Amino acid sequence: MTPVVELQGVTRTFDSTPPVEALKATDLVIDEGDYVSIVGPSGSGKSTMLNVLGLLDTPTDGTYFLDGTDISRLGERQLAGLRATKIGFVFQSFHLLSHRTATENVMLAELYSGRDRGGRRDRAIAALEQVSLGHRLDAFPPTMSGGERQRVAIARALAANPSLLLADEPTGNLDTVTSEAILALFDDLHASGLTIAVITHDLDVSLRAQRVINIRDGVVTETTPAGR
Amino acid sequence: MTVETPPPIPLPPDASNPHPVTASSHLGVRDLLSESVTALTARPARTLLTALGTVLGVAALVATLGLAKTAGNQIVGRFDELAATRISVKPETGGFGSTNRQVSVIPWDAGDRLQRLNGVVSAGTKSDVDVGGELARAVPVIDPLGQTAFQVPVLAMSSGTFGALRTTLETGRTFDDGHDMRADNVVVLGANAAERLGVSRVDNSPAIFIGDRPFAVIGIVADTAREPDLLSAIILPNQTARSLYSLSAPAEVHVEVEVGAAELIGGQAAIALAPNSPDRLRVSVPPSPRGVQGQVEDDVNALFLLLGGISLLVGAIGIANVTLVSVLERTGEIGLRRALGATPMQIARQFLTESASLGALSGLIGTSLGVLATVIISATRDWTPVLDPWLPLVAPILGAVIGLLAGVYPSVKAARMEPVQALRSF
Repeated sequence: MTPVVELQGVTRTFDSTPPVEALKATDLVIDEGDYVSIVGPSGSGKSTMLNVLGLLDTPTDGTYFLDGTDISRLGERQLAGLRATKIGFVFQSFHLLSHRTATENVMLAELYSGRDRGGRRDRAIAALEQVSLGHRLDAFPPTMSGGERQRVAIARALAANPSLLLADEPTGNLDTVTSEAILALFDDLHASGLTIAVITHDLDVSLRAQRVINIRDGVVTETTPAGR
Repeated sequence: MTVETPPPIPLPPDASNPHPVTASSHLGVRDLLSESVTALTARPARTLLTALGTVLGVAALVATLGLAKTAGNQIVGRFDELAATRISVKPETGGFGSTNRQVSVIPWDAGDRLQRLNGVVSAGTKSDVDVGGELARAVPVIDPLGQTAFQVPVLAMSSGTFGALRTTLETGRTFDDGHDMRADNVVVLGANAAERLGVSRVDNSPAIFIGDRPFAVIGIVADTAREPDLLSAIILPNQTARSLYSLSAPAEVHVEVEVGAAELIGGQAAIALAPNSPDRLRVSVPPSPRGVQGQVEDDVNALFLLLGGISLLVGAIGIANVTLVSVLERTGEIGLRRALGATPMQIARQFLTESASLGALSGLIGTSLGVLATVIISATRDWTPVLDPWLPLVAPILGAVIGLLAGVYPSVKAARMEPVQALRSF
């Protein structure tokens, strides 16, 4: 079976003086259905990893296969198309548009995917029901709690039916109770077969994952949580 | 030393993959428009304030052009209503050596000929009649105490001339074609002539004498809008003057035309009257209203168009400014859209569409205000508002173009934003 993500010697160097190697010759495989957390202190290369995995940045060296596609051979439009169809992003600060309802925010997920407009609203509603927000369809983000907003963001990530759910500090702006609820939702999604990669500096969050990838000074090492 | 990396090995496409590899990012036109409109309506107050500069600019332009046109039309209409409907035809003077002899080629039926032209309201001839110094008097009695006989000018006219000169009757009637054809001894008196001769009513069939010839007075002309000399004259039918006083040919033709027909009839009149020698007639046509109108418009336009242009420029700067602020404010949204699969081009297109829509909206509101201003100002002055039909169509497009131009720089800035940094910004 083709892994969802396969990094072969992926390196990302920034052209500053002196040049910074934020990611050093990394090999990483994420199989379908994996729940991976990527942990490390700030400045360790986490963000670079997130951007490379999310196709927001391209490696300076090495090869990245996403669902078997070598992304180094793709142009900007095709990369953007892959982002739209294969990757669902969840951000620390939710990034919801405050003047649109929950449903309209989720509908944004399909805007650039090339799917036709018909049924877009239905698919958005289905995604919101999947995260137990069927009762808040027409609510505006400013009227929602932090947990509800993050659920809307997760629904938006799910609406495109992605191969990989990529979450960047998904609980960074939430209290512990709400965080627990969001992590439980991730557990459920994992159980239903979704491939998830969570980038975090929070050990409690990372321990929920099946695999833990440590990143420090651009070097990746894998540990398996105790008890698994 | 660099080591060449081997070319990537192409992998077979995953059959279970629901999305083909070539699925490139796509943003439909309807989606693009609805995204832009949603963004504009999210903050209506700001949108309207942003639009204000362009609204005023377009309104100023439309009102300027509209009022210039209206005023131009108005000025022409005011001083030309009487003159613009009047044509007169006279024989060309001179021709043979140094003598200033008039060679009249005007036919007796000049009135009828011109009446047939489309656009002629009324037409007829008018000629001075030489009665050989005979005096006119009302009664055949010689009163030794007072003057009863006068030297009164005598005119010959055709029945249509009264209409062509816009005469109004004090009493009685004018002569008709029958009187003319039979050369009846009837006269119509001008108001002043009637007073001198002591004729004030016609119901008792008064008679006047020119020399010893009696004539029945059938009407008295109270006033005329043109050719005031007929008020002090005795007016005979053409054929009467011809048979009694040997009038050789009509001296001049007067034509009343419909408004706007003067130029056309002016060109046709000479040919209709003298098909064989139209160049021997001199046709006096009122000055073309178009020339006067154009001059007035040009004067008014130059100044106000400049003002309108300046306010449009200010409006464009306003749109550019606010769009730029909006791009900076929406950094997070731009990052999100990039993450959701937007290309830099699509981001640029969205902001361009937003500013162009805003410009078009401004243009639309501005055009409405401009038209409204033109109508209101015209109404307060009792003018007829006149507007070029293309103006309300072109003005909103002008607004859209201004919005488009104003959006170029902010859009480029938005497109160049790094999604990574944009996403971390809030």
